[in-house]
Amino acid sequence: MSSLKEQFVMSPRYRMWSLGLMGVGILSVIIGFIMYGTGDEEAKARFWATMLQNSVYFLLVVNAAMFFICATTLAMGGWQMSFRRVSEAISVAVIPIGVIAFVILMALVLGNQHHLYHWLNTEGDKVLEGKKGFLNRGFFIVWTTLTIGLWIILGMKMRSLSRSLDNNPLPNVEAGRRYVFTNTVWASIYIVWFALTVASTIPWLWLMSINAHWYSTMYSWYTFASTFVAGLALITLFVVYLKNKGHLEVVNEEHLHDLGKFMFAFSIFWTYLWFSQFMLIWYANIPEETVYYQPRVRGEYRGIFWLNLIINFVAPILILMRRSSKRNYTTITFMAVVLLFGHWIDFYQMVFAGPFSEHVQLNLFDFGVAAGFVGLILFTTGNALSKHPMYANNHPFFKETIIHYT
Amino acid sequence: MGVKRFAVGCFDNEDVLFPAVKKVRKAGYKIHDVYTPMPIHGLDAAMGLRDTSLHTAGFIYGISGTTTALTCISWVFTIDWPLNIGGKPHFALPAWIPITFELTVLFSAVGMVLTFCYLCQLAPFVKKHHFHPRATDDLFVMVVELTPKSNESEVIGFLQNAGAIETKIEEAETGWWLGRYDKDKRPFESPNVISVQ
Repeated sequence: MSSLKEQFVMSPRYRMWSLGLMGVGILSVIIGFIMYGTGDEEAKARFWATMLQNSVYFLLVVNAAMFFICATTLAMGGWQMSFRRVSEAISVAVIPIGVIAFVILMALVLGNQHHLYHWLNTEGDKVLEGKKGFLNRGFFIVWTTLTIGLWIILGMKMRSLSRSLDNNPLPNVEAGRRYVFTNTVWASIYIVWFALTVASTIPWLWLMSINAHWYSTMYSWYTFASTFVAGLALITLFVVYLKNKGHLEVVNEEHLHDLGKFMFAFSIFWTYLWFSQFMLIWYANIPEETVYYQPRVRGEYRGIFWLNLIINFVAPILILMRRSSKRNYTTITFMAVVLLFGHWIDFYQMVFAGPFSEHVQLNLFDFGVAAGFVGLILFTTGNALSKHPMYANNHPFFKETIIHYT
Repeated sequence: MGVKRFAVGCFDNEDVLFPAVKKVRKAGYKIHDVYTPMPIHGLDAAMGLRDTSLHTAGFIYGISGTTTALTCISWVFTIDWPLNIGGKPHFALPAWIPITFELTVLFSAVGMVLTFCYLCQLAPFVKKHHFHPRATDDLFVMVVELTPKSNESEVIGFLQNAGAIETKIEEAETGWWLGRYDKDKRPFESPNVISVQ
């Protein structure tokens, strides 16, 4: 074990890039605020919609890294141990991005941005009054606080459990069993909370309520699938980057193959949900349901809408289907970048096509804010990686990842 | 097919089997097959088998399922018998996707099962030769193909050196046939089976 490169050091170039991207993000926010934030109602909403889309998307993406850890822990998986610290480091970014997203969501609700969240003022609207038990300020604030707070706290607990073994190895098998059991308990608490938030209420509150009159029972799963694919793509990118830098010696193409399979499978799962949501509404053809697809399929957003399907379904099914392409570092990196961008586009049409259905206003401001979040993820992850050893090598399942064979 | 001669070596330990497979291949002997009671990770790579092309076959079957479904449904609903269903267009692609998906899965699944059976020579009433009865229980049985010029005792000695706990020379027809096990020589009757312990 002594021959492994256990410590990651942020290179000056890495630091420069991450800080530079963060600078671009901050600059974009300032310029965007001057351009839109001081204008009329719609311009203000344009500013806040960009902030909402980016913060929620990147928050859910980094949170998917912690979901990945907990899900594999519950499944008694051993193959992911070799890069477990990488996904742990990514999940550290839940803290800063969670705080940013919290501030933005509070600003939306308390600042009365009803151009985006028109359920804030019901004004005798029968439908919105009927939904008041769920869509109201109090519940939104309490539930958002609880959600982000518990993601952060449970994530910290999972990370500290993993780090607790670094300097004191498990003395015997019995202690190992107890350790695995403790991990399982905390991972299941996280998963239950994840199910109550990402897999159900949070997408309803944060995103679906933009189209408050409309609803879809597929929406939360759709959002989950979207962010989980992107989260896996992010983990893959970091694994490939660290591998290129000479770290992660025990990760080989077998692990890459499994990550590729995950990305492929959940892209298909995403498409399944996309299609199920679309087809039922298309078939029933009820005006109050088709209103969601009117700007997307027929209106200004049709280009983005079909591009979304091409990037996130056609590209993975054609490129990732072959075994050899899932074991190739180049194709898997390419697909990870494509999928991260593709699901960002997905979130773009989810947020923007409702309140800004007249024309697509995608411009450098959106990309700049996205770059800022990318920089923030790079910086936080690099920082978290350099603080702790790269391997959880006292974990009882660590041997399993070294002899992993698919 | 014809009857061929084989050297059979039985191993009871995975850790011995893998180096043995490598040694036998390196010595230039031709491994006919290794029979194991359960799937062993990495054995196919150690034996130098190429990747199966079953995936490609499955893809082709799936594509033909997709094509069949789409051509069939679109012909029926747009040319042969157009019906007005709920005011939808005759070419109602979203409504056909589920059936297309099902037919893709059906074609690829059934096609791959049949191809797999063909490649493994499995079918009802088909018989195959067993080199060692304990290959289905607790032994890993490596079978080395011999030529008329092979030095049998040398091969047997090589297998024993590699860690085989039981070795023998056997004559067998390696293909598959219909009927009874009469074609299979019974160990206690056949004079051809030399048991080298």
